[in-house]
Amino acid sequence: MAARALINVPPKAKRGEVIGIRSLISHEMETGFRPNATGQLIPRNIIKEFVCTYNGVEVFRAEFFPAMSANPFVSFTTVATESGTITMTWAGDNGFHATESVAITVE
Amino acid sequence: MTDTLPPIATRRRFLIGAAGFAGGIALVTMLPAGRAAATPASMQAAIVSVTGNATVNQGRIKIDLPPLVENGNAVPLGLSVESPMTDADHVKAIHVFTEKNPQPNVVSFQLGPRAGTANISTRMRLADTQLVVVVAEMSDGTFWRDEIEVVVTMAACLEES
Repeated sequence: MAARALINVPPKAKRGEVIGIRSLISHEMETGFRPNATGQLIPRNIIKEFVCTYNGVEVFRAEFFPAMSANPFVSFTTVATESGTITMTWAGDNGFHATESVAITVE
Repeated sequence: MTDTLPPIATRRRFLIGAAGFAGGIALVTMLPAGRAAATPASMQAAIVSVTGNATVNQGRIKIDLPPLVENGNAVPLGLSVESPMTDADHVKAIHVFTEKNPQPNVVSFQLGPRAGTANISTRMRLADTQLVVVVAEMSDGTFWRDEIEVVVTMAACLEES
């Protein structure tokens, strides 16, 4: 399943600076509570887990429930400690998995 | 039925009873597809599952949610918790709960000193006019909460969007 994910991290930061990170992924986040045209419930299909790692160290994690909007958006902050890679992964129902990485230079 | 009742009354009673019974069955079979299962009580249970027996203090959290929401499908939610975010004193987790969505849980964030600040924004669904409760867990083991009442004119979760 290909999902479009957008992450926004400043390419450069000063050491110790608090930087803002924004993430958005395309996903319907079907709640499992909505009936279809014949009255049957549409099976749940959501992203359950979002993890952000900074050079392999986990800095932020979120557990999603069906009450998250479609195309989940999360913005948070982290401290720019060193140059390297910030990676975000999303995992969910029906084996959903997506990963997005971005490089950051810390001076 | 007693013998003193006229036959017509017995039949009427029987019909009323039968209709009520059928109605009950219809209601029960419709329930799984029905509305919002969460209640203030189930929200409280979900909060207790996070906080345990600890006392929950009021404050330290700022919730940014529009008081009047036209479309409940994507409501911008901003959260910030007062904390120095050091190794010794930081926010460990922030949990969001609702009173009348189908489930009480919305999202749980886990963060730490590496986050620098406890400022998070996201988008959530709101199925009804209701109370949104945010609980923050600190590294020293204390819990803080704040809540906000939101009026929703078009609900999420049920309509086709």
